[in-house]
Amino acid sequence: MAEEELTVSSLTGVDMRVRIAGPGTRSYAFLTDWLIRLLLALAWLLAGSLLRLLPRIAADAPLAHTVMVAAVVLALATYFLYQPVLEVAMRGRTPGLRKAGARIATFEGATPGTGALLIRNLFRLIDALPVFYVVGLTCCMLTKQRVRLGDMVAGTVLVLDEADSVKSLSRLSAQMQRTALSAEALQLIHDLLDRWRSLEEARRVRLARELLCKLDPGFDPRRGEALSSRALQGRLEALLAGESRH
Amino acid sequence: MPASPDTESPAAVWIRTQAPRWEALAAEAAAAPRRPHATVDEALHTLRTYRVLTQHLASARELMPAGLLTAALQNTCATLHAAINRAPRLTGSRWLRLIRDEIPAAAASVRTLALWLAALLVASALAGWWLIDTYPALVTLIASPRMIDGVERGHLWTYQVLNLAPPALLSARIFSNNVMVILGAFCSGILFGLGAFYMIAYNGLMLGGLLAFTHQHGLELGLVKFTLAHGPVELSVMCLAAAAGTALGEAVIRPVHSTRTESLRRRAAQLGPLLLACALLLLGSGLIEGFLSPRAAVSIPVRLAVGLGYWTLMLLWLGGRLIPKAKAKETTR
Repeated sequence: MAEEELTVSSLTGVDMRVRIAGPGTRSYAFLTDWLIRLLLALAWLLAGSLLRLLPRIAADAPLAHTVMVAAVVLALATYFLYQPVLEVAMRGRTPGLRKAGARIATFEGATPGTGALLIRNLFRLIDALPVFYVVGLTCCMLTKQRVRLGDMVAGTVLVLDEADSVKSLSRLSAQMQRTALSAEALQLIHDLLDRWRSLEEARRVRLARELLCKLDPGFDPRRGEALSSRALQGRLEALLAGESRH
Repeated sequence: MPASPDTESPAAVWIRTQAPRWEALAAEAAAAPRRPHATVDEALHTLRTYRVLTQHLASARELMPAGLLTAALQNTCATLHAAINRAPRLTGSRWLRLIRDEIPAAAASVRTLALWLAALLVASALAGWWLIDTYPALVTLIASPRMIDGVERGHLWTYQVLNLAPPALLSARIFSNNVMVILGAFCSGILFGLGAFYMIAYNGLMLGGLLAFTHQHGLELGLVKFTLAHGPVELSVMCLAAAAGTALGEAVIRPVHSTRTESLRRRAAQLGPLLLACALLLLGSGLIEGFLSPRAAVSIPVRLAVGLGYWTLMLLWLGGRLIPKAKAKETTR
């Protein structure tokens, strides 16, 4: 299946494309958040139970009752308000969404406002029906932009968070200034290093040697035959950093 | 293939001349989303960065459409775009506008629907009364065995249950129950309005049925007395929430914008503040129901005064007459 993208019009007329997160990312983020809020809620209950065991509180029945009621209220509040509160406070992100590498955005690519975030959470009532978010997930699978009902109503969409790309632009800029390699050569090395782990060892070693032979003037092909996969990887990284070894 | 200046492609030349700027641009793109409050200078600097980045993105697309740099520039632009286009935080003036202008406007937009739903509530209450009056055995459909048992012995369940819990806890429980009902009425409206209709009809049927059942045992006055203080606002809010839900359903059935989704989104954004008003009003009626309604010592005129007073307050607020609008400054000279 082709990756879905959201085209965003910038203020300067140059369109940007943002990748839309699919049901997998969405479910992963939800489960992570669910685990966190469940643990937090249980922590409140545990704290309430432990406080009740303190001699001073245990001796006072009404106080012990109040402590337990407070613990239950806090646990319920944490469990049910975790997502709306965090989404508003973290501007369309939650710890689960961060972990899944996603964020909530409007169809215009902007950060959604408080109202939209609250509405999308409100419609969990319908999306969660009849059990395990069947309505929401079905809707997510059937719609072009992979949205659940709550997102449709709030005008939001879950997109992949590319915040790290700011670092990669900075890194690329630094590399391009330091190294004498062309942009195409830099891209080739980046591509190989990105796929390093997914490639078979023999193949990645062969590709690394070929690249080093062409790009690194200090690389001796005969001595390179003896270099391990790890050493070749280090050599490529050094080349990116502008440290050609002679 | 190390590049030599003579053989460099246009892309390579462009990269080499622009690369020194990207570090500074990337630093600004990373800092802008983290700033809670930007000064005017900072905001202008961010906008300049955004403009430059999008220009670079356009050039990068032209020179190397599938390049690593193009992807990095595009994603940096998208990050900055989200940071620039974020909604402002809810400040005092924003809250005032919400409470003074947006909530009454939303209420006005569903006024007719709310009146129709109030009529449906009354009609289903009458139907409920007739049903239980004609077939008393059907009361088991709307009341629990404990409630039926209590009423048959001459005790209203309201006082039995309410006396067990402290008023604050009771108010919280009533509030959360009522909020769930109005949220359900609103959200289920998306099912072409049928969900909201169902909730109103069901609640009306229960109300009428329970009144008929208590009437059969001479306790109807006690039930009316109990609901007098909090009932008017509670029922009105239920009708309002259901009207908002029905309006959502209408947006799906009869879209007024280019697509159904767009129509639904705009209607929900307009009606969202009304739900906030409903929740606040229910908080008040929950407090009345928890603290005042169960007290047998409170007389009927006091209950009536509280009920009508609170209801009038609600009408004034939703009618846009509670908080006067600031006078428009004279601009003509």
